[in-house]
Amino acid sequence: MKPLFESEVFVRIAAPLAVGVVLFAVWEIGFRLASVPVYLFPKPSDIFTSFVQHGPSLFRALLVTLRVTLQAFVAAVILGTLIAFVFVQSRAIEISLFPYAVLLQVTPVVAIAPLIIILVKNTQLSLTICATLVALFPIISNTTLGLRSVDPGLASFFRMNRASRFKTLVKLRIPGALPYFFGGLRISSGLALIGAVVAEFVAGTGGRSSGLAYEILDAGFSLDIPRMFAALFLITLTGVLLFAAMVAVSQLALSNWHDSETRAET
Amino acid sequence: MTVLLPVEPFDEGARQMTTAVDRPPAVEVLSAEKVFANGARGLAPIDLAIAEGEFLTLIGPSGCGKSTLLKLIANLIEPSDGRLLWWRGDFGQVGQEGRRLAFVFQEPTLMPWSRVEANVRLPLEFANMPRATADPKVADAIARVGLSAFNRHFPRQLSGGMKMRVSIARALVTSPNLLLMDEPFGALDEFTRNRLDDDLVNLSWERKLTTAFVTHSIYEAVFLSTRIVVMAANPGRIFRIMTIDHPQPRDQAFRDSPKFAAYCRELSTWLAEASLQSVGGGEE
Repeated sequence: MKPLFESEVFVRIAAPLAVGVVLFAVWEIGFRLASVPVYLFPKPSDIFTSFVQHGPSLFRALLVTLRVTLQAFVAAVILGTLIAFVFVQSRAIEISLFPYAVLLQVTPVVAIAPLIIILVKNTQLSLTICATLVALFPIISNTTLGLRSVDPGLASFFRMNRASRFKTLVKLRIPGALPYFFGGLRISSGLALIGAVVAEFVAGTGGRSSGLAYEILDAGFSLDIPRMFAALFLITLTGVLLFAAMVAVSQLALSNWHDSETRAET
Repeated sequence: MTVLLPVEPFDEGARQMTTAVDRPPAVEVLSAEKVFANGARGLAPIDLAIAEGEFLTLIGPSGCGKSTLLKLIANLIEPSDGRLLWWRGDFGQVGQEGRRLAFVFQEPTLMPWSRVEANVRLPLEFANMPRATADPKVADAIARVGLSAFNRHFPRQLSGGMKMRVSIARALVTSPNLLLMDEPFGALDEFTRNRLDDDLVNLSWERKLTTAFVTHSIYEAVFLSTRIVVMAANPGRIFRIMTIDHPQPRDQAFRDSPKFAAYCRELSTWLAEASLQSVGGGEE
Protein backbone atom coordinates (compact mmCIF):
# COMPACT_ATOMS: atom_id res chain seq x y z
CA MET A 1 0.00 0.00 0.00
CA LYS A 2 1.43 3.31 -1.08
CA PRO A 3 1.31 6.30 1.25
CA LEU A 4 -1.70 8.54 0.69
CA PHE A 5 0.18 11.49 -0.80
CA GLU A 6 1.58 9.27 -3.53
CA SER A 7 -1.73 7.83 -4.67
CA GLU A 8 -3.07 8.90 -8.04
CA VAL A 9 -6.47 10.08 -6.75
CA PHE A 10 -4.90 12.18 -4.01
CA VAL A 11 -2.54 13.92 -6.43
CA ARG A 12 -5.35 14.50 -8.91
CA ILE A 13 -7.41 16.30 -6.29
CA ALA A 14 -4.67 17.87 -4.18
CA ALA A 15 -2.55 19.40 -6.93
CA PRO A 16 -5.23 21.59 -8.56
CA LEU A 17 -6.58 22.40 -5.10
CA ALA A 18 -3.16 23.64 -3.99
CA VAL A 19 -2.93 25.85 -7.10
CA GLY A 20 -6.36 27.28 -6.24
CA VAL A 21 -5.40 28.00 -2.63
CA VAL A 22 -2.19 29.75 -3.71
CA LEU A 23 -4.06 31.85 -6.30
CA PHE A 24 -6.68 32.91 -3.75
CA ALA A 25 -3.96 33.72 -1.19
CA VAL A 26 -2.03 35.86 -3.69
CA TRP A 27 -5.25 37.59 -4.72
CA GLU A 28 -6.33 38.29 -1.13
CA ILE A 29 -2.94 39.44 0.15
CA GLY A 30 -1.99 41.36 -3.01
CA PHE A 31 -5.26 43.27 -3.17
CA ARG A 32 -5.07 44.01 0.58
CA LEU A 33 -1.54 45.41 0.26
CA ALA A 34 -2.49 47.47 -2.79
CA SER A 35 -5.76 48.43 -1.05
CA VAL A 36 -7.89 48.05 -4.19
CA PRO A 37 -11.37 49.39 -3.43
CA VAL A 38 -14.18 46.84 -3.29
CA TYR A 39 -16.26 48.62 -5.95
CA LEU A 40 -13.42 48.21 -8.45
CA PHE A 41 -12.37 44.65 -7.80
CA PRO A 42 -13.29 42.68 -4.66
CA LYS A 43 -11.04 40.39 -2.64
CA PRO A 44 -12.01 36.75 -2.02
CA SER A 45 -13.01 37.70 1.54
CA ASP A 46 -15.40 40.36 0.23
CA ILE A 47 -16.93 37.85 -2.13
CA PHE A 48 -17.33 35.36 0.69
CA THR A 49 -19.01 37.96 2.90
CA SER A 50 -21.37 38.85 0.09
CA PHE A 51 -22.03 35.18 -0.47
CA VAL A 52 -23.09 34.71 3.14
CA GLN A 53 -25.14 37.91 3.11
CA HIS A 54 -27.03 37.16 -0.13
CA GLY A 55 -26.96 33.40 0.37
CA PRO A 56 -30.70 32.65 0.17
CA SER A 57 -31.40 34.78 -2.90
CA LEU A 58 -28.29 33.49 -4.70
CA PHE A 59 -29.25 29.94 -3.90
CA ARG A 60 -32.78 30.49 -5.21
CA ALA A 61 -31.31 31.93 -8.40
CA LEU A 62 -28.95 28.99 -8.71
CA LEU A 63 -31.87 26.57 -8.51
CA VAL A 64 -33.67 28.45 -11.28
CA THR A 65 -30.61 28.39 -13.55
CA LEU A 66 -29.89 24.78 -12.72
CA ARG A 67 -33.45 23.81 -13.51
CA VAL A 68 -33.33 25.51 -16.92
CA THR A 69 -29.92 23.99 -17.61
CA LEU A 70 -30.94 20.44 -16.73
CA GLN A 71 -34.24 20.66 -18.58
CA ALA A 72 -32.45 21.95 -21.66
CA PHE A 73 -29.74 19.32 -21.37
CA VAL A 74 -32.22 16.45 -21.10
CA ALA A 75 -34.25 17.87 -23.98
CA ALA A 76 -31.10 18.25 -26.09
CA VAL A 77 -29.97 14.69 -25.35
CA ILE A 78 -33.34 13.19 -26.24
CA LEU A 79 -33.92 15.35 -29.30
CA GLY A 80 -30.32 15.15 -30.49
CA THR A 81 -30.21 11.37 -30.21
CA LEU A 82 -33.52 11.00 -32.03
CA ILE A 83 -32.37 13.33 -34.80
CA ALA A 84 -29.08 11.39 -35.07
CA PHE A 85 -31.02 8.13 -35.45
CA VAL A 86 -33.08 9.70 -38.21
CA PHE A 87 -29.90 10.98 -39.90
CA VAL A 88 -28.24 7.58 -40.07
CA GLN A 89 -31.28 5.96 -41.65
CA SER A 90 -30.19 7.24 -45.04
CA ARG A 91 -27.65 9.52 -46.63
CA ALA A 92 -30.47 11.37 -48.40
CA ILE A 93 -32.08 12.33 -45.10
CA GLU A 94 -28.80 13.47 -43.64
CA ILE A 95 -27.82 15.48 -46.71
CA SER A 96 -31.20 17.22 -46.80
CA LEU A 97 -31.40 18.00 -43.10
CA PHE A 98 -27.84 18.50 -41.90
CA PRO A 99 -27.48 22.07 -43.27
CA TYR A 100 -30.41 23.07 -41.06
CA ALA A 101 -28.73 21.56 -38.02
CA VAL A 102 -25.67 23.65 -38.89
CA LEU A 103 -27.89 26.71 -39.32
CA LEU A 104 -29.16 26.10 -35.80
CA GLN A 105 -25.63 25.86 -34.53
CA VAL A 106 -24.19 28.97 -36.16
CA THR A 107 -27.03 31.32 -35.21
CA PRO A 108 -25.95 33.02 -31.96
CA VAL A 109 -28.39 32.34 -29.16
CA VAL A 110 -28.23 36.00 -28.06
CA ALA A 111 -29.66 36.90 -31.45
CA ILE A 112 -32.65 34.57 -31.34
CA ALA A 113 -33.29 34.65 -27.61
CA PRO A 114 -35.29 37.93 -27.68
CA LEU A 115 -37.52 36.49 -30.37
CA ILE A 116 -38.15 33.28 -28.44
CA ILE A 117 -38.73 35.19 -25.21
CA ILE A 118 -41.33 37.37 -26.94
CA LEU A 119 -42.99 34.40 -28.67
CA VAL A 120 -43.14 32.13 -25.63
CA LYS A 121 -44.99 33.69 -22.71
CA ASN A 122 -43.67 31.30 -20.04
CA THR A 123 -40.19 32.56 -19.02
CA GLN A 124 -38.98 29.18 -17.81
CA LEU A 125 -40.04 27.51 -21.05
CA SER A 126 -38.55 30.20 -23.30
CA LEU A 127 -35.21 29.99 -21.45
CA THR A 128 -35.23 26.19 -21.75
CA ILE A 129 -35.86 26.44 -25.48
CA CYS A 130 -32.92 28.82 -25.93
CA ALA A 131 -30.55 26.63 -23.92
CA THR A 132 -31.74 23.50 -25.76
CA LEU A 133 -30.95 25.09 -29.11
CA VAL A 134 -27.39 25.75 -27.95
CA ALA A 135 -26.86 22.29 -26.45
CA LEU A 136 -28.43 20.33 -29.27
CA PHE A 137 -25.80 20.36 -32.00
CA PRO A 138 -22.91 18.48 -30.32
CA ILE A 139 -25.29 15.65 -29.48
CA ILE A 140 -26.55 15.45 -33.06
CA SER A 141 -23.15 15.59 -34.72
CA ASN A 142 -21.34 13.32 -32.28
CA THR A 143 -24.07 10.69 -32.13
CA THR A 144 -24.44 10.69 -35.91
CA LEU A 145 -20.70 10.26 -36.30
CA GLY A 146 -20.70 7.47 -33.69
CA LEU A 147 -23.58 5.59 -35.27
CA ARG A 148 -21.78 5.79 -38.61
CA SER A 149 -18.40 4.73 -37.23
CA VAL A 150 -19.01 1.02 -37.36
CA ASP A 151 -15.99 -1.27 -37.41
CA PRO A 152 -16.01 -2.56 -41.02
CA GLY A 153 -14.89 -6.04 -39.97
CA LEU A 154 -17.64 -6.37 -37.40
CA ALA A 155 -20.11 -4.96 -39.91
CA SER A 156 -19.29 -7.72 -42.42
CA PHE A 157 -19.48 -10.26 -39.61
CA PHE A 158 -23.00 -9.08 -38.80
CA ARG A 159 -23.96 -9.06 -42.48
CA MET A 160 -22.56 -12.52 -43.03
CA ASN A 161 -24.56 -13.91 -40.14
CA ARG A 162 -27.67 -12.27 -41.58
CA ALA A 163 -28.18 -10.19 -38.46
CA SER A 164 -31.44 -8.29 -38.49
CA ARG A 165 -31.44 -4.50 -38.78
CA PHE A 166 -32.61 -4.25 -35.18
CA LYS A 167 -29.90 -6.56 -33.82
CA THR A 168 -27.25 -4.68 -35.79
CA LEU A 169 -28.49 -1.44 -34.23
CA VAL A 170 -28.61 -2.75 -30.66
CA LYS A 171 -25.52 -4.93 -30.68
CA LEU A 172 -23.22 -3.02 -33.00
CA ARG A 173 -24.21 0.54 -33.83
CA ILE A 174 -25.35 1.76 -30.42
CA PRO A 175 -22.45 0.35 -28.34
CA GLY A 176 -20.00 1.59 -30.96
CA ALA A 177 -21.54 5.07 -30.84
CA LEU A 178 -21.33 5.39 -27.04
CA PRO A 179 -17.81 6.91 -26.83
CA TYR A 180 -18.83 9.58 -29.35
CA PHE A 181 -22.14 10.12 -27.58
CA PHE A 182 -20.43 10.68 -24.24
CA GLY A 183 -18.03 13.11 -25.89
CA GLY A 184 -21.11 14.98 -27.08
CA LEU A 185 -22.59 14.91 -23.57
CA ARG A 186 -19.54 16.63 -22.10
CA ILE A 187 -19.65 19.50 -24.58
CA SER A 188 -23.42 19.72 -24.48
CA SER A 189 -23.71 19.90 -20.68
CA GLY A 190 -21.48 22.97 -20.62
CA LEU A 191 -23.33 24.52 -23.53
CA ALA A 192 -26.70 23.99 -21.83
CA LEU A 193 -25.47 26.07 -18.89
CA ILE A 194 -24.05 28.77 -21.17
CA GLY A 195 -27.29 28.82 -23.15
CA ALA A 196 -29.34 29.10 -19.99
CA VAL A 197 -27.25 31.98 -18.62
CA VAL A 198 -27.19 33.88 -21.92
CA ALA A 199 -30.94 33.50 -22.29
CA GLU A 200 -31.42 34.69 -18.71
CA PHE A 201 -29.36 37.79 -19.51
CA VAL A 202 -31.57 38.57 -22.48
CA ALA A 203 -34.69 37.93 -20.43
CA GLY A 204 -33.23 39.92 -17.53
CA THR A 205 -32.55 42.99 -19.65
CA GLY A 206 -36.13 42.68 -20.82
CA GLY A 207 -37.21 42.92 -17.20
CA ARG A 208 -38.16 39.30 -16.61
CA SER A 209 -36.30 38.26 -13.49
CA SER A 210 -34.84 34.83 -12.91
CA GLY A 211 -31.64 32.92 -12.40
CA LEU A 212 -28.03 33.72 -11.69
CA ALA A 213 -27.65 35.91 -14.77
CA TYR A 214 -30.35 38.16 -13.39
CA GLU A 215 -28.49 38.27 -10.06
CA ILE A 216 -25.40 39.48 -11.94
CA LEU A 217 -27.40 42.08 -13.87
CA ASP A 218 -29.16 43.25 -10.72
CA ALA A 219 -25.90 43.44 -8.78
CA GLY A 220 -24.38 45.38 -11.68
CA PHE A 221 -27.18 47.96 -11.60
CA SER A 222 -26.44 48.61 -7.92
CA LEU A 223 -22.65 48.39 -8.37
CA ASP A 224 -22.58 45.47 -5.90
CA ILE A 225 -19.42 43.99 -7.44
CA PRO A 226 -18.85 41.26 -4.78
CA ARG A 227 -22.36 39.91 -5.41
CA MET A 228 -21.59 39.77 -9.13
CA PHE A 229 -18.54 37.71 -8.34
CA ALA A 230 -20.45 35.45 -5.98
CA ALA A 231 -23.02 34.72 -8.70
CA LEU A 232 -20.23 34.21 -11.22
CA PHE A 233 -18.55 31.68 -8.93
CA LEU A 234 -21.79 29.77 -8.58
CA ILE A 235 -22.15 29.57 -12.37
CA THR A 236 -18.58 28.36 -12.76
CA LEU A 237 -19.00 25.83 -9.98
CA THR A 238 -22.18 24.52 -11.60
CA GLY A 239 -20.36 24.13 -14.92
CA VAL A 240 -17.50 22.25 -13.31
CA LEU A 241 -19.85 19.94 -11.43
CA LEU A 242 -21.85 19.23 -14.59
CA PHE A 243 -18.66 18.40 -16.46
CA ALA A 244 -17.44 16.17 -13.64
CA ALA A 245 -20.77 14.36 -13.61
CA MET A 246 -20.50 13.72 -17.36
CA VAL A 247 -16.94 12.44 -16.96
CA ALA A 248 -18.13 10.10 -14.21
CA VAL A 249 -21.02 8.78 -16.29
CA SER A 250 -18.77 8.18 -19.27
CA GLN A 251 -16.18 6.47 -17.10
CA LEU A 252 -18.84 4.22 -15.62
CA ALA A 253 -20.11 3.20 -19.04
CA LEU A 254 -16.85 2.82 -20.93
CA SER A 255 -14.21 1.90 -18.36
CA ASN A 256 -14.28 -1.78 -19.30
CA TRP A 257 -13.48 -1.46 -22.93
CA HIS A 258 -12.82 1.92 -24.47
CA ASP A 259 -9.29 3.30 -24.71
CA SER A 260 -10.35 6.78 -23.62
CA GLU A 261 -11.43 5.50 -20.20
CA THR A 262 -9.24 2.50 -19.58
CA ARG A 263 -6.43 3.09 -17.18
CA ALA A 264 -2.91 1.95 -17.95
CA GLU A 265 -2.41 -1.70 -17.14
CA THR A 266 -0.50 -2.24 -13.93
CA MET B 1 13.53 -39.59 -50.30
CA THR B 2 11.50 -38.59 -53.29
CA VAL B 3 8.23 -36.82 -52.97
CA LEU B 4 5.77 -37.23 -55.74
CA LEU B 5 3.91 -34.02 -56.21
CA PRO B 6 0.88 -34.29 -58.43
CA VAL B 7 0.93 -31.23 -60.60
CA GLU B 8 -2.07 -29.92 -62.39
CA PRO B 9 -0.70 -27.42 -64.85
CA PHE B 10 -2.46 -24.16 -65.41
CA ASP B 11 -3.99 -24.11 -68.84
CA GLU B 12 -6.37 -21.33 -69.69
CA GLY B 13 -7.55 -22.94 -72.93
CA ALA B 14 -8.72 -26.21 -71.47
CA ARG B 15 -9.55 -25.52 -67.84
CA GLN B 16 -10.15 -28.73 -66.03
CA MET B 17 -12.11 -29.29 -62.87
CA THR B 18 -9.57 -29.52 -60.11
CA THR B 19 -11.37 -31.74 -57.65
CA ALA B 20 -9.86 -33.98 -55.02
CA VAL B 21 -10.87 -37.55 -55.65
CA ASP B 22 -13.93 -39.51 -54.53
CA ARG B 23 -15.48 -37.09 -52.08
CA PRO B 24 -18.48 -34.90 -52.81
CA PRO B 25 -17.58 -31.24 -53.17
CA ALA B 26 -18.61 -28.79 -50.45
CA VAL B 27 -17.94 -25.85 -52.73
CA GLU B 28 -17.68 -25.62 -56.48
CA VAL B 29 -16.37 -22.52 -58.19
CA LEU B 30 -17.58 -22.66 -61.78
CA SER B 31 -15.83 -20.23 -64.14
CA ALA B 32 -16.35 -17.51 -61.56
CA GLU B 33 -14.53 -14.29 -62.30
CA LYS B 34 -14.40 -10.93 -60.62
CA VAL B 35 -14.05 -7.55 -62.29
CA PHE B 36 -14.06 -4.72 -59.81
CA ALA B 37 -16.06 -1.53 -60.17
CA ASN B 38 -12.95 0.36 -61.28
CA GLY B 39 -12.49 -2.08 -64.17
CA ALA B 40 -9.58 -3.95 -62.58
CA ARG B 41 -9.71 -7.66 -63.27
CA GLY B 42 -9.39 -9.23 -59.82
CA LEU B 43 -9.93 -12.81 -60.88
CA ALA B 44 -9.84 -14.51 -64.26
CA PRO B 45 -12.48 -17.24 -64.59
CA ILE B 46 -11.66 -19.85 -61.97
CA ASP B 47 -12.70 -23.45 -61.66
CA LEU B 48 -12.12 -25.10 -58.35
CA ALA B 49 -13.86 -27.64 -56.20
CA ILE B 50 -13.31 -28.06 -52.48
CA ALA B 51 -14.10 -31.58 -51.34
CA GLU B 52 -15.81 -32.36 -48.04
CA GLY B 53 -13.27 -32.66 -45.25
CA GLU B 54 -10.52 -31.10 -47.30
CA PHE B 55 -8.13 -28.47 -45.94
CA LEU B 56 -7.48 -26.23 -48.90
CA THR B 57 -5.03 -23.33 -48.74
CA LEU B 58 -4.81 -20.39 -51.13
CA ILE B 59 -1.37 -18.87 -51.45
CA GLY B 60 0.25 -16.50 -53.91
CA PRO B 61 1.83 -13.09 -54.49
CA SER B 62 0.01 -9.87 -53.63
CA GLY B 63 -2.86 -9.12 -55.96
CA CYS B 64 -3.38 -12.74 -57.00
CA GLY B 65 -6.96 -12.57 -55.76
CA LYS B 66 -6.71 -15.19 -53.04
CA SER B 67 -8.74 -13.09 -50.62
CA THR B 68 -11.18 -12.24 -53.39
CA LEU B 69 -11.64 -15.93 -54.14
CA LEU B 70 -12.23 -16.65 -50.44
CA LYS B 71 -14.80 -13.85 -50.27
CA LEU B 72 -16.56 -15.32 -53.29
CA ILE B 73 -16.69 -18.65 -51.49
CA ALA B 74 -18.07 -16.88 -48.40
CA ASN B 75 -20.62 -15.11 -50.61
CA LEU B 76 -19.34 -11.83 -49.17
CA ILE B 77 -19.03 -10.65 -52.77
CA GLU B 78 -20.73 -11.85 -55.95
CA PRO B 79 -18.89 -13.08 -59.04
CA SER B 80 -19.05 -10.79 -62.09
CA ASP B 81 -19.54 -13.85 -64.21
CA GLY B 82 -19.77 -17.60 -63.65
CA ARG B 83 -21.22 -19.03 -60.48
CA LEU B 84 -20.58 -20.94 -57.28
CA LEU B 85 -22.32 -23.91 -55.75
CA TRP B 86 -22.41 -24.84 -52.10
CA TRP B 87 -23.20 -28.49 -51.43
CA ARG B 88 -24.43 -28.67 -55.01
CA GLY B 89 -26.95 -25.88 -54.44
CA ASP B 90 -27.15 -22.12 -54.25
CA PHE B 91 -26.25 -20.00 -51.23
CA GLY B 92 -29.86 -19.86 -50.06
CA GLN B 93 -29.62 -23.27 -48.40
CA VAL B 94 -26.35 -22.52 -46.63
CA GLY B 95 -26.98 -22.34 -42.90
CA GLN B 96 -29.10 -25.47 -42.73
CA GLU B 97 -28.00 -28.39 -40.59
CA GLY B 98 -24.83 -29.89 -42.05
CA ARG B 99 -24.37 -26.93 -44.37
CA ARG B 100 -23.15 -24.24 -42.05
CA LEU B 101 -20.45 -21.78 -42.95
CA ALA B 102 -18.21 -19.71 -40.70
CA PHE B 103 -15.68 -17.05 -41.61
CA VAL B 104 -12.63 -16.01 -39.60
CA PHE B 105 -11.22 -12.64 -40.55
CA GLN B 106 -7.65 -11.42 -40.66
CA GLU B 107 -8.41 -9.35 -37.56
CA PRO B 108 -10.13 -10.86 -34.53
CA THR B 109 -13.06 -8.40 -35.11
CA LEU B 110 -14.43 -8.82 -31.61
CA MET B 111 -16.89 -6.44 -30.01
CA PRO B 112 -14.65 -4.53 -27.57
CA TRP B 113 -17.60 -3.73 -25.31
CA SER B 114 -18.52 -7.37 -24.75
CA ARG B 115 -16.88 -10.07 -22.67
CA VAL B 116 -15.39 -13.14 -24.31
CA GLU B 117 -18.49 -15.26 -23.67
CA ALA B 118 -20.81 -12.62 -25.12
CA ASN B 119 -18.60 -12.33 -28.20
CA VAL B 120 -18.70 -16.07 -28.74
CA ARG B 121 -22.45 -16.22 -28.12
CA LEU B 122 -23.19 -13.61 -30.80
CA PRO B 123 -23.76 -15.94 -33.79
CA LEU B 124 -26.20 -18.00 -31.70
CA GLU B 125 -28.05 -14.84 -30.76
CA PHE B 126 -28.40 -14.03 -34.43
CA ALA B 127 -30.03 -17.43 -34.79
CA ASN B 128 -32.35 -16.54 -31.86
CA MET B 129 -31.18 -19.53 -29.87
CA PRO B 130 -32.41 -19.45 -26.26
CA ARG B 131 -29.74 -18.79 -23.62
CA ALA B 132 -30.19 -22.18 -21.97
CA THR B 133 -29.35 -23.95 -25.22
CA ALA B 134 -26.65 -21.51 -26.22
CA ASP B 135 -24.64 -21.35 -22.99
CA PRO B 136 -23.27 -24.93 -23.02
CA LYS B 137 -22.28 -24.51 -26.67
CA VAL B 138 -20.52 -21.24 -25.84
CA ALA B 139 -18.67 -22.80 -22.91
CA ASP B 140 -17.70 -25.73 -25.09
CA ALA B 141 -16.35 -23.54 -27.90
CA ILE B 142 -14.37 -21.42 -25.45
CA ALA B 143 -12.98 -24.54 -23.79
CA ARG B 144 -12.00 -25.91 -27.20
CA VAL B 145 -9.70 -22.95 -27.82
CA GLY B 146 -8.36 -23.17 -24.26
CA LEU B 147 -9.77 -19.91 -22.91
CA SER B 148 -12.21 -21.17 -20.25
CA ALA B 149 -10.38 -19.15 -17.60
CA PHE B 150 -10.90 -15.97 -19.60
CA ASN B 151 -14.58 -16.09 -20.50
CA ARG B 152 -15.40 -13.07 -18.31
CA HIS B 153 -12.53 -11.01 -19.75
CA PHE B 154 -12.87 -8.15 -22.18
CA PRO B 155 -11.00 -8.39 -25.51
CA ARG B 156 -8.57 -5.63 -24.57
CA GLN B 157 -7.36 -7.73 -21.65
CA LEU B 158 -6.24 -10.49 -24.02
CA SER B 159 -3.14 -10.90 -26.16
CA GLY B 160 -3.31 -10.95 -29.96
CA GLY B 161 -3.18 -14.75 -30.08
CA MET B 162 -5.90 -15.07 -27.45
CA LYS B 163 -8.16 -12.66 -29.33
CA MET B 164 -7.70 -14.78 -32.44
CA ARG B 165 -8.67 -17.85 -30.38
CA VAL B 166 -11.85 -16.08 -29.32
CA SER B 167 -12.54 -15.30 -32.95
CA ILE B 168 -12.10 -19.00 -33.79
CA ALA B 169 -14.34 -20.01 -30.88
CA ARG B 170 -16.99 -17.65 -32.24
CA ALA B 171 -16.72 -19.40 -35.60
CA LEU B 172 -16.87 -22.88 -34.02
CA VAL B 173 -19.86 -22.19 -31.80
CA THR B 174 -22.27 -22.59 -34.69
CA SER B 175 -20.76 -26.04 -35.44
CA PRO B 176 -19.83 -25.05 -38.99
CA ASN B 177 -19.15 -27.57 -41.72
CA LEU B 178 -17.23 -25.16 -43.90
CA LEU B 179 -14.67 -22.91 -42.22
CA LEU B 180 -13.20 -20.03 -44.22
CA MET B 181 -10.16 -18.24 -42.85
CA ASP B 182 -8.52 -15.18 -44.36
CA GLU B 183 -4.91 -14.98 -43.10
CA PRO B 184 -6.14 -15.44 -39.54
CA PHE B 185 -2.70 -15.70 -37.95
CA GLY B 186 -0.88 -13.24 -40.19
CA ALA B 187 -0.32 -10.69 -37.45
CA LEU B 188 0.96 -13.16 -34.84
CA ASP B 189 4.48 -14.16 -33.97
CA GLU B 190 5.71 -17.48 -35.32
CA PHE B 191 5.56 -19.36 -32.04
CA THR B 192 1.95 -18.39 -31.39
CA ARG B 193 1.11 -19.07 -35.00
CA ASN B 194 2.54 -22.59 -34.83
CA ARG B 195 0.57 -23.36 -31.70
CA LEU B 196 -2.65 -22.10 -33.26
CA ASP B 197 -1.88 -24.11 -36.41
CA ASP B 198 -1.46 -27.24 -34.26
CA ASP B 199 -4.85 -26.60 -32.70
CA LEU B 200 -6.47 -25.84 -36.01
CA VAL B 201 -5.22 -29.02 -37.65
CA ASN B 202 -6.63 -31.10 -34.76
CA LEU B 203 -9.85 -29.18 -34.70
CA SER B 204 -10.59 -29.50 -38.40
CA TRP B 205 -9.82 -33.20 -38.12
CA GLU B 206 -12.00 -33.82 -35.07
CA ARG B 207 -14.94 -31.84 -36.40
CA LYS B 208 -14.50 -33.10 -39.98
CA LEU B 209 -14.42 -29.52 -41.17
CA THR B 210 -13.97 -28.46 -44.73
CA THR B 211 -11.55 -25.56 -44.56
CA ALA B 212 -10.43 -22.93 -47.03
CA PHE B 213 -7.51 -20.94 -45.71
CA VAL B 214 -5.58 -17.96 -47.05
CA THR B 215 -2.00 -17.44 -45.94
CA HIS B 216 1.33 -15.91 -46.90
CA SER B 217 3.32 -18.51 -45.01
CA ILE B 218 4.76 -21.45 -46.92
CA TYR B 219 5.30 -23.45 -43.71
CA GLU B 220 1.81 -22.85 -42.51
CA ALA B 221 0.37 -23.86 -45.89
CA VAL B 222 2.31 -27.12 -46.03
CA PHE B 223 1.61 -27.99 -42.40
CA LEU B 224 -2.14 -27.43 -42.55
CA SER B 225 -3.25 -28.35 -46.03
CA THR B 226 -4.33 -31.37 -47.92
CA ARG B 227 -4.13 -29.24 -51.06
CA ILE B 228 -2.45 -25.94 -51.75
CA VAL B 229 -3.70 -23.71 -54.54
CA VAL B 230 -0.86 -21.49 -55.76
CA MET B 231 -2.22 -18.40 -57.45
CA ALA B 232 -0.67 -15.84 -59.79
CA ALA B 233 -1.66 -12.23 -60.39
CA ASN B 234 -2.61 -10.04 -63.39
CA PRO B 235 -5.17 -11.35 -63.67
CA GLY B 236 -5.70 -13.38 -60.51
CA ARG B 237 -5.71 -17.04 -61.48
CA ILE B 238 -4.79 -20.52 -60.33
CA PHE B 239 -1.17 -21.22 -61.18
CA ARG B 240 -0.73 -24.75 -59.87
CA ILE B 241 -2.17 -27.02 -57.24
CA MET B 242 -0.03 -29.04 -54.84
CA THR B 243 -1.32 -32.03 -52.91
CA ILE B 244 0.28 -32.59 -49.52
CA ASP B 245 0.25 -36.33 -49.10
CA HIS B 246 0.49 -36.81 -45.36
CA PRO B 247 -2.17 -38.14 -42.97
CA GLN B 248 -4.17 -35.74 -40.79
CA PRO B 249 -4.03 -34.75 -38.01
CA ARG B 250 -0.43 -33.59 -38.11
CA ASP B 251 1.98 -32.70 -35.35
CA GLN B 252 5.44 -31.30 -34.72
CA ALA B 253 7.01 -34.51 -36.05
CA PHE B 254 5.67 -33.65 -39.50
CA ARG B 255 7.21 -30.16 -39.27
CA ASP B 256 10.58 -31.74 -38.44
CA SER B 257 10.42 -34.31 -41.21
CA PRO B 258 12.46 -34.15 -44.46
CA LYS B 259 9.19 -34.62 -46.32
CA PHE B 260 7.93 -31.32 -44.86
CA ALA B 261 11.14 -29.56 -45.91
CA ALA B 262 10.86 -30.98 -49.43
CA TYR B 263 7.27 -29.76 -49.77
CA CYS B 264 8.28 -26.32 -48.50
CA ARG B 265 11.15 -26.11 -51.00
CA GLU B 266 8.91 -27.15 -53.85
CA LEU B 267 6.17 -24.72 -52.85
CA SER B 268 8.71 -21.95 -52.54
CA THR B 269 9.91 -22.61 -56.11
CA TRP B 270 6.33 -22.58 -57.37
CA LEU B 271 5.67 -19.30 -55.62
CA ALA B 272 8.73 -17.76 -57.20
CA GLU B 273 7.52 -18.90 -60.62
CA ALA B 274 4.02 -17.62 -59.88
CA SER B 275 5.51 -14.23 -58.96
CA LEU B 276 7.46 -14.14 -62.22
CA GLN B 277 4.29 -14.84 -64.13
CA SER B 278 2.43 -12.12 -62.26
CA VAL B 279 3.67 -9.50 -64.71
CA GLY B 280 2.64 -5.86 -64.52
CA GLY B 281 3.62 -5.19 -60.97
CA GLY B 282 0.97 -7.36 -59.41
CA GLU B 283 0.33 -4.82 -56.68
CA GLU B 284 -2.86 -4.93 -54.73
